[in-house]
Amino acid sequence: MAGAVPAELVAKLSALKTRMPSYTKDEIQEVVTEMLSSMEGDLSEMNLKLYAEVESLARYIVTAKGEIAALRPDEIMSDHIPNATDELDAIVGSTEEATNGILQAMESLESLTGEMEPAMAEKVTEAVTLVYESCNFQDITGQRITKVVKALKHIESKVDALVAAFGEDIAKYKSQHPQAEKAAENPMSDKALLNGPQLPDSAGKQDDIDALLASFD
Amino acid sequence: MSVDMQMNILIVDDYKTMLRIIRNLLKQLGFNNVDEATDGSMALQKLRDKEYHLVISDWNMEPMTGIQLLREVRADAKLKTLPFIMITAESKTENVIAAKEAGVNNYIVKPFNAATLKTKLASVIGNF
Repeated sequence: MAGAVPAELVAKLSALKTRMPSYTKDEIQEVVTEMLSSMEGDLSEMNLKLYAEVESLARYIVTAKGEIAALRPDEIMSDHIPNATDELDAIVGSTEEATNGILQAMESLESLTGEMEPAMAEKVTEAVTLVYESCNFQDITGQRITKVVKALKHIESKVDALVAAFGEDIAKYKSQHPQAEKAAENPMSDKALLNGPQLPDSAGKQDDIDALLASFD
Repeated sequence: MSVDMQMNILIVDDYKTMLRIIRNLLKQLGFNNVDEATDGSMALQKLRDKEYHLVISDWNMEPMTGIQLLREVRADAKLKTLPFIMITAESKTENVIAAKEAGVNNYIVKPFNAATLKTKLASVIGNF
């Protein structure tokens, strides 16, 4: 669609018409206007497409940052991984203690074989040997758990980098979601009461539990 | 040639329960002179301080591993012919090859049983 034509352009078109009389001024004006219009249209479309892509990318980054912050990688660093490694260490410790107890009992039993009838002594020794062999498990499980702990340490270092990169977003998320913090802090919620076995240092002793129960009477 | 049942044996493992198991099984087989070390460097020190006739060592220990201990033993003029059995959960082919190349006399994979221990001992020190 042709708009108002500037006077300077009209003058130039008039001069052109004198050199090329077969074209009318209106025809030339129409061609030029359409060409300009077409060029402007192409440029704007390209710019708009590019702008839309950049905007979409920016939105994606903002969303991704929010989602990563919502995952609370700082909690993985401060709570989950240290807790997991402590639990695994406790497994190694408790299986070692139990295995030593079993071995102690077997050694005591084996020491009595000298007082037994030979046939009985032989049977007892066979059974004790089987227990010794079975106690191999403690070493094997210990080594497997050590491998898992190493893997957790590796994950911890990666999460550490994530926390460093998204520190501001995590702080922002925490300030925007105070309820999540409060729920974690309530030690009497059903979820918080599902703790499983306690680590040796923090486990309640039977005497303490009995005393606590007695305090309700 | 008969086996000297009074021979000194050094067992090396970082798990105390495993040391206890091996010691008890050796005792059942008639070997009572058994000392313990919890890593390669402690074992090497004991080997240099006292005469031993056999080493039974784990692989995965810190700071000195079983394979490092084996290499130290084979590089030591006084210890280089000492019978050495590796007893380990490391069961990859590469491990066995590395141990063989380092000069191990035999190799027991954990978990093991008393019969395997006896067979491997016999192959290294002779029937008993």
